[in-house]
Amino acid sequence: MSRISQVAKTIFLWEFVIAMKLTLKYFFKPKLTINYPYEKGPLSPRFRGELALRRYDNGEERCIACKLCEAICPAQAITIEAEEREDGSRRTTKYDIDMVKCIYCGFCQEACPVDAIVEGPNFEFATETREELYYDKAKLLANGDRWEQEIAANIVADAPYR
Amino acid sequence: MIIQALTFYLFATIAVAAGFMVIASRNPVHSVLYLILAFFTSGGLFVLMGAEFLAMIMLIVYIGAVAVLFLFVVMMLDINSVDMKQGFLQYLPIGGVIGAILAIELLFIVSSWSFGGDTSLIAATARPVVSEVGNTQSIGLVLYTDYIYAFQAAGIILLVAMIGAIVLTHRSRPGVKKQNITNQVHRTPESAVELKKIPPGQGI
Amino acid sequence: MAEFIDIYLLPGLWILGKVLLIVVPLLLAVAYAIYFDRKIWAAIQLRRGPNVVGPWGLLQSFADGLKLLLKETIVPSGANKGVFIIAPVLMFVVAFVAWAVIPFDDGLVLSNLNVGVLYLFAISSLGVYGIIMSGWASNSRYAFLGAMRSAAQMVSYEVSIGFVIVTVLLCVGSLNLSDVVMAQEGLWFFIPLFPVFIIFFISALAETNRAPFDLPEAEAELVAGYQVEYSSLTFALFWLGEYTAVLLMCAMTTTLFFGGWLSPFDNFLFNWIPGMEAFNAFMPGLVWFLLKTFFFFFVFSWIKASVPRYRYDQLMRLGWKVFLPLSLVAVIVTAGVLVAFDMLPNAS
Repeated sequence: MSRISQVAKTIFLWEFVIAMKLTLKYFFKPKLTINYPYEKGPLSPRFRGELALRRYDNGEERCIACKLCEAICPAQAITIEAEEREDGSRRTTKYDIDMVKCIYCGFCQEACPVDAIVEGPNFEFATETREELYYDKAKLLANGDRWEQEIAANIVADAPYR
Repeated sequence: MIIQALTFYLFATIAVAAGFMVIASRNPVHSVLYLILAFFTSGGLFVLMGAEFLAMIMLIVYIGAVAVLFLFVVMMLDINSVDMKQGFLQYLPIGGVIGAILAIELLFIVSSWSFGGDTSLIAATARPVVSEVGNTQSIGLVLYTDYIYAFQAAGIILLVAMIGAIVLTHRSRPGVKKQNITNQVHRTPESAVELKKIPPGQGI
Repeated sequence: MAEFIDIYLLPGLWILGKVLLIVVPLLLAVAYAIYFDRKIWAAIQLRRGPNVVGPWGLLQSFADGLKLLLKETIVPSGANKGVFIIAPVLMFVVAFVAWAVIPFDDGLVLSNLNVGVLYLFAISSLGVYGIIMSGWASNSRYAFLGAMRSAAQMVSYEVSIGFVIVTVLLCVGSLNLSDVVMAQEGLWFFIPLFPVFIIFFISALAETNRAPFDLPEAEAELVAGYQVEYSSLTFALFWLGEYTAVLLMCAMTTTLFFGGWLSPFDNFLFNWIPGMEAFNAFMPGLVWFLLKTFFFFFVFSWIKASVPRYRYDQLMRLGWKVFLPLSLVAVIVTAGVLVAFDMLPNAS
């Protein structure tokens, strides 16, 4: 009997009818995905996006050129050169990050003793050429200035868990 | 009528050129492609003559089926044109003789060709008026009445040839694993999938 | 000179105008067919699909086309250059040429050929050359495998399509597509010939290399089959040709089984409703034709989103061992019924 019903199912393409019914049901269901460029999903405070160099509130750059980030970077994307500034403090003269090499592991921000290099919440920084992804110090500081509020808020939000 | 004449000469030129390229081109696949072009243009010539049914059958049978298989086989065989040219001088005498005979025969035929009195008159009597009877219908009427036995015999011969080809090439090899589609189709989830509850930390 | 203009130039321009009148909307329709295809799969997979270019992503296909147009055409060094370039052009041209005989409305057809059905069948069988030539000329294993699969597949399913068409022709008594539509006044052929319609539709899926028969492309195993080595405009031509062929199959289904431009409400079931006649007179046949064609396109995409790909031996088995005998039986049964009940059309 089951054999006969199987044959009947094959002849009348029953399995296909069921499958098509199911997919039609899903066709009218509300979508699970968000309307991306106009609507964005929530990001964790620990989200590791575009790199940025932060400043203190008085405008002094945080980085003290300890080169811990350069040392820990597994992709060796960071290049730092340091010199003494006129006021005698140790500062970087060159702070380059090759964003093509960067793997967004976040080791640099973990290593940083002064919270200077951080990975911000920005993940939309696609460019048309490779050259634009070789970030220098000015670009990183500009990033820091632009995203400072959100970066600071994220650090505060994440602080209790560290 | 000028357009028709021009189209005829265009198609005819392409057909002849393609036919020449079939034997002239070095790559066998190109040869087959030129052959297809020749078929296609001769289909166009049929349309010009008002035989659209024959033209379409030409497209369907020769281009759609036969030439595809030709192309298929030639592509798969990977014929090396250098190897094929190796025995050229050896076969030149006998080939030349056959070619000469054919050429002489053609010459005889062409020289003894005589046109009947008024060709347009004969053509007019043989052909029904196109607007009244489509040539699909007229072919059908002739094929299934006057020539029914010949037509059916041709069909049977082709069938025998097909069966013969299958019988000759078919070998039953022992120990070959085959797909049993019926069993595969009739497999149910119950016979194929077994759900097991595994308590955590113990494995199966 | 005036004679030349009157006899050759003006009719020539008139024909050219009619051709453009079909080709340009068709190209637009293909662009939107690709867009709707993507939207329909996306909806079934609970995604949104293209939504950025233009409102609701309506201009996505044009953006893609522009991108492909601006890219570099790469010809592989091992490729057979001439054949490599001709193949996509052939595929594109063949897909468009077939539309010449499709009747969009009563009398609205570019060439009312009296062997229209055979012409469609012949042209659709030419589509395989684009694929074979591209597969061979690419000089790549993937492309060649895809082309071989596709050739065998299209030749196999053409046979059953041919018999299905014969079945329809038995009920019409003419090879003219307008006659095919007119013969369906009152009763569309998919009702008496339902099993044949199913065979035709599934064969149409195989003939256009659509899922579940998209083995020639088979992204997972053959990367993209015969299209693997193509880029830029040549790739775009393949893409356009493929979707035009799909639309053509939808139009063919509409014409052969669903009464072409005929209104679905113009029969004994609905004619008693007051005002129905005015409604039928108001709705032009072209709209019905396009609606039906689009419906079948929706079914094509719906199937693509629903079913997994066939295995190759299953595909061959279905074509030769299931559809071929079934369609042969259908031809014999239909002919038998028509003769037995004396319902043969044009019984002169």
